[in-house]
Amino acid sequence: MNLAASEAEAEVATAAAVAAGHPGFLSPTGVEIVFVLVGLATLGAALVTVTTKQLVHAALWLVAALGGVAVEYLLLTAEFIAWVQVLIYVGSVVVLLLFGLMLTKAPIGRSPDADSGNRWVALGVALVSAATLVTLVVDAFRTTWIDLGTSGGPSTQGSTRVTGEALFRGWVLPFEALSVLLLAALVGAIVLSRRAQDDSREQQEGQR
Amino acid sequence: MHLAYPAVLAALLFSIGLYGVLARRNAILMLMSVELMLNAVNLNLVAFDVWLREELHTGQALALFTIAIAAAEIGIGLAIVLLVYRNRGSSDIDRLRDLRERSAAEADEASDDGTGDTASVKATNDSGRQTS
Amino acid sequence: MSTTTLAALVPLLPFLGAVAGLLTGRRAPGYAQPLAVLPTLLSTVLAVMVAVRQGGGEPLKAATELAPTGDASLPVELALHLDGFAVLVAVLVGVVASCVQLYSTGYLRDDPRYASYAAFVSLFTAAMLLVVYADDLIVLLVGWEIMGICSYFLVGHYWETQAARAASLKAFLVTKLGDVPFLIGILVLASEAGTFRISGITSKLTSQLAEFELAHPTVIALLLLAGVAGKSAQFPLHTWLPDAMAGPTPVSALIHAATMVAAGVYFIARLLPVFAASAVALVVLALMAAVTIVGSALSALAQDDIKRVLAYSTIGQLAYMAGALAVSDRGAAVFHLLVHGAFKALLFLAAGVLIHAAGTNSLAAMARMGGLTKIAPDAYWTMTIGLIALAALPPFSGFFSKEAVLAAAEHVAFGDAHGAGVTPAAGWIVLVAGMLGALLTAAYAARLWLLAFRGKGPQVSAEEHAREPAVMNVVLWVLAIPSLGLGLAYGVLPGWFDSGSLGPSLATSVLATGIALVGVLMTYGAWRHTTSLAASRSPMGAVAAHPQGDPALSEAEAIATHEPAYGDIAAAPDPADPGRLLLGPLHGAAAHGFRLDAAYTALFVRPTQAAARLARFVDREVVDSYVRGAGLGPRLLGTLVRRTQTGNTQTYLSALVVGSLVLAVAVVLVAAGTSGA
Repeated sequence: MNLAASEAEAEVATAAAVAAGHPGFLSPTGVEIVFVLVGLATLGAALVTVTTKQLVHAALWLVAALGGVAVEYLLLTAEFIAWVQVLIYVGSVVVLLLFGLMLTKAPIGRSPDADSGNRWVALGVALVSAATLVTLVVDAFRTTWIDLGTSGGPSTQGSTRVTGEALFRGWVLPFEALSVLLLAALVGAIVLSRRAQDDSREQQEGQR
Repeated sequence: MHLAYPAVLAALLFSIGLYGVLARRNAILMLMSVELMLNAVNLNLVAFDVWLREELHTGQALALFTIAIAAAEIGIGLAIVLLVYRNRGSSDIDRLRDLRERSAAEADEASDDGTGDTASVKATNDSGRQTS
Repeated sequence: MSTTTLAALVPLLPFLGAVAGLLTGRRAPGYAQPLAVLPTLLSTVLAVMVAVRQGGGEPLKAATELAPTGDASLPVELALHLDGFAVLVAVLVGVVASCVQLYSTGYLRDDPRYASYAAFVSLFTAAMLLVVYADDLIVLLVGWEIMGICSYFLVGHYWETQAARAASLKAFLVTKLGDVPFLIGILVLASEAGTFRISGITSKLTSQLAEFELAHPTVIALLLLAGVAGKSAQFPLHTWLPDAMAGPTPVSALIHAATMVAAGVYFIARLLPVFAASAVALVVLALMAAVTIVGSALSALAQDDIKRVLAYSTIGQLAYMAGALAVSDRGAAVFHLLVHGAFKALLFLAAGVLIHAAGTNSLAAMARMGGLTKIAPDAYWTMTIGLIALAALPPFSGFFSKEAVLAAAEHVAFGDAHGAGVTPAAGWIVLVAGMLGALLTAAYAARLWLLAFRGKGPQVSAEEHAREPAVMNVVLWVLAIPSLGLGLAYGVLPGWFDSGSLGPSLATSVLATGIALVGVLMTYGAWRHTTSLAASRSPMGAVAAHPQGDPALSEAEAIATHEPAYGDIAAAPDPADPGRLLLGPLHGAAAHGFRLDAAYTALFVRPTQAAARLARFVDREVVDSYVRGAGLGPRLLGTLVRRTQTGNTQTYLSALVVGSLVLAVAVVLVAAGTSGA
């Protein structure tokens, strides 16, 4: 977005906020409602991901869940994170997962043994953890509100400029370390998959 | 916005991801569930960062890092799953049970595959009795 | 050198020979024979010198403190007391031991364990000499116990045979059964008399000036009698001696004829004032002697093994000595001890030669062999001398010594003798038993002679049997001399002993000799009758022929084959046996010692074994079950814990998550609780 458009938006938002007493594109209650709705969609998609018996559909529902989370980021005014989420997660991670499914010859259609014997214990554990965490969180943050940009201007919390400045000023060292980590992961993946190929090639040569 | 909304959403998403990790048999499905958990964590980080409004933007920076690390992890994880699939013919988590406690008979067979001498020694050492 | 120094050397030399023999036996076996014979011979020479010097005069004493006890006035002293009894018995021990050692060099010449055997015989000799010379009760006890353990080792010399293993253990246990009351008796005696010194105790009791009396004379005497009964094989602890014949013949000659079994008699002789202090004890002794004389003689009449006949004969003759002591005449007892030692050793050694020549120890087999007297002429003549001495026919030595005993009994019975503690009852018991014993003794001696030397059957060839080594035959003749003539010393010996007369009295000697002749004739008649039966021609028995090997080999095999051949270690179903005819219905019981062994088995052995089984059961099932139960709990717990190791990652994760949740909640609650409170 160019600077002018964002400034215009900010003015509109400020006007609306001044009018309504709150900043932002949506009214506060509107934000919450949208948040809840998108949240429900995300949760539904996540549920299907973990329960469906069709493996490829699980990956696709995962896309929906991840997309939903990206929208939540946007609602929380963390736009950079949202687009990075879409780029990396939806763009590459899910693709990798689909490749993985293809290379391990996952069955198309229903596979009856997608869930292991541990599922009832897992259900119990998940329910318990959900109950615990929700209770904990609701009780702790009963009277806490997020202020989505009260400084009058457009929300500066999650904009790219702000994030970039924070990253390359305060977090430059972890950033560089992260890039080394990614390099290591890349090399590791190549090594792991190459050695297997060499072994299989040797076996084939030996058999001839 | 009430902070409870993103926090609760994150908690529920985390629990769903937890169920998936513990219940799914296919390793790749398990990795998908791990991604769900990571996303829940990221949501939490971002929400708290927006709430706290600090200068360093720790939450968002960490969320970025988490995304990057998740990507790296999924790469390596899938490489491993592919290796496992190649060596064992299936990527079922249930089949990967080499760390289980073997009974004495199984231990004999396992060691007989290697050296035959230690089998009898193992038999007495396991139970400490003079039987078997 | 002073006499006491010489006397101290007498037990010391065989002891040193034993130690040297045990140390060098394996590495330098060439030294075994000299180390066996020379110290014993030298010690015998020294003992003779001591005897000559002491000459039956005043007793020589020497003492030095050996060990303090808790009581300052009651130390243990290394003390020697040399009076006539001690020096003469020491000479007997030395002579017999020397003869045995010389004989063994030929008897066990090929034995692989000869060195340890000879060392133990030397050790035994040293212990016996210590007992003879000792004046301190504890030192005497030490020698007593060393003799016991040497007997165990020596009887078990042929430990490859089951008979020897069982016999050595039985000998040890039965004598130990007597030794426990013996020890208690010694301690009680010493504490009451205030000293361990034997000479001190006897002088206190015999001197009129001191007016000292023991507080519990009967108890002490009976306790001491228990030990004597075990050691000297008197009823009821005599069961070990016939079975101890499973040892080599020289061992039997030394231990079970002349020395160890005589130690009990010698002990009573030394401490006679203690026993005489209780008339009850003397009567008990007389009864024991009487029962033993008659029972052993009857049993000897039924035995088939030649050595078992001699063993039962030893038991009976020791009972004669005990009878003499019961009538308080220790001179007669020791006289008979000396004479018996000589002729019984002779009989055993000659029996050893005979067993090798015949290849068997069974009289039934020997009765079916001819020409044995040609093969072993020395054994034949010397054994004849010994048997006549045993049967107490004049003028052989046995006659004089047995008459000394019977005369003493007669004096007491008719009230002529007045000593402390003697009662006419004891005298009568001994006299009657002695007469009956004379009859039976002559009978079994004659039976032995007739069956061994008047056998009819296939001739034993002279070419197969090598002549015995000269050393063995010389020893036989050496021992034959005192068997012939020692009795004539009855005039000289009272000077060495208590100066009571040891001569035979007319009435008893005529009666006893007549009875003995009657016994001989009865046996001869029975033998003539049984040998005329056709069944006596049937072959019988097992012969272990090792004519070129050493006699020990023949004997070991003869012992091992007796039971398999006849079905019984003691008797043989021989219709040519005059003993069967003479004993009649008693034969079965007599052959097995009147079933005393069976009674002991039922009374003591079975309950002990049952108690041992009970102890094993309690240990294994009761105590061990607690131990196993204590182990069971952790094992079950471990099994349960092991079940969680399924190898399933998802299970592990579930547990991990639940645990973390619980911990987190707990922490939060605790924090909330503490902050709230």
